[in-house]
Amino acid sequence: MAYPKEYRYTKEHEWIDLKGNVATVGITDYAQHELGDVVFVELPKVGYKTITGKSFGTVESVKAVSEIYSPVAGEVMEANTALQNTPEKINTDPHGGAWLVKIRIANPAEITGLMDAAAYEAYIADKGKEASA
Amino acid sequence: MESVTSPAITELRKTPLNALHRRLGAKMVNFDGWDMPVEYPSSGGLIAEHKAVRNSVGVFDVSHMGDIRIRAGHKPGGAVAAVQHLSMNDASLLAIGQAHYSAMLYPGGTFVDDVIVHRLGEEDYLLVINAGTREKDIRWVRENTKNFDCVVEDLSDAYTQLAIQGPRAVDVAQKLTDANLRAVKNYWFTHGAVCGLKNILVARTGYTGEDGFEIYVPSDRLTSEEVWTKVMEAGREFAIVPCGLGARNTLRLEAKMALYGHEISDKINVWEAGLGRYCKMEKGDFVGRTALERAQAAGLTRTLAGLEMIDRGIARDDYRVYSEAGEAVGVITSGSPSPTLGKNIALAYVPPALAAVGTTLYVEIRTQKCRAQVVPTPFYKRPKKAAEPQTAKTV
Repeated sequence: MAYPKEYRYTKEHEWIDLKGNVATVGITDYAQHELGDVVFVELPKVGYKTITGKSFGTVESVKAVSEIYSPVAGEVMEANTALQNTPEKINTDPHGGAWLVKIRIANPAEITGLMDAAAYEAYIADKGKEASA
Repeated sequence: MESVTSPAITELRKTPLNALHRRLGAKMVNFDGWDMPVEYPSSGGLIAEHKAVRNSVGVFDVSHMGDIRIRAGHKPGGAVAAVQHLSMNDASLLAIGQAHYSAMLYPGGTFVDDVIVHRLGEEDYLLVINAGTREKDIRWVRENTKNFDCVVEDLSDAYTQLAIQGPRAVDVAQKLTDANLRAVKNYWFTHGAVCGLKNILVARTGYTGEDGFEIYVPSDRLTSEEVWTKVMEAGREFAIVPCGLGARNTLRLEAKMALYGHEISDKINVWEAGLGRYCKMEKGDFVGRTALERAQAAGLTRTLAGLEMIDRGIARDDYRVYSEAGEAVGVITSGSPSPTLGKNIALAYVPPALAAVGTTLYVEIRTQKCRAQVVPTPFYKRPKKAAEPQTAKTV
């Protein structure tokens, strides 16, 4: 699956699509693949204050729980609550319809430190090598 | 998101099928020091693998399991006496060709390991043991059979063990052997030619709560891969898929089969684990018996209960369990979504007074206490075998 060029990516495998001061956040295709069948999602309520690097929710597969770390500080404007009934969408459409939250961010400059698509693809290619060593 | 796979460690042990799993693109994990497939994306992943076993058939590489053979020494009687001393079930009741579930216990009545005991001959037993406890088990068996006239052999690395599991397992396995597998009852075994290999042990056993067979073939890589490939070919018409340890865990949990280090351990005794039906107190002395007698008289302080989540949330291993009054009363030993039931299920040790079906309990999931209910176990029981097809009658 292609990694959209306009997104930014974290080492913890979240993506961020920043439009103005609103960041849409999800988990990457690599992340959903590592997790396996996603069966459960726990998302923050509207108004929740996210802190950079701190967990704001969880995505769970049959065998594992994964915390979702906020790549930015801000306030949750919207959570994709439809995922609670269709968590498997995270496996099939991680970069699109299965976004997790939209965050109004305090400081848009925060995302400049994150990876672009090319850097992220190189990052996960490296991880792949590590795993098969 | 945190990475869910641990970084590769070079000293991990490998089964003879390791390279094949990697070629299939399996996701590998460190399981008790073994580099094992947890799921195969090419099979459709864990849930698809689980459903294949419930509805048709799947195949597992379980070569990480250990095998200990105990045979007679110079005089007859030594092997059976040794097995009777080591294992809580009554091995003297086994016919040749029969197997049973049992456990080796510490003097305190807690678990060294659970085992399947196969009676290969009059004075010849094969104990199949867990991967994570292999070395400990073998030491235990050697130490505790010193005073018996028997020969103990560690055959753990001699076999590649494949588990063919599911309602169509018998159809698949039958295509590979000249032995009449339909005549082999549950927890019995036979020897026959399998994929052209002579004298192969084929047992109607498994760890999925489904019908199935476990076959023990020579552990060289070429033979192992050949047999695996033939199993896959034989199973093609039944849509067989390779299954990993992820599905193995959800399948065994639904069937309430114990996992060492979870439901059973050196801290938990036989009565607490609810495995008394496999413990034959009347058979004579065995390691752990005296303590179990005392524990029986003292009564239970905790017991294994099946939980189903009522609130949204998945109970996981080691999560705490609370009473309605808010008191911490126990711990989850295994918890997972159940692919068959579509519910979140768990096993937990709780005081007997809170183990009655219908009791409300709370599981602490991160910061929240989520409601759960004690339900009957096993969570899943396979449907009774359909009667042999009868002559068609028109209505």
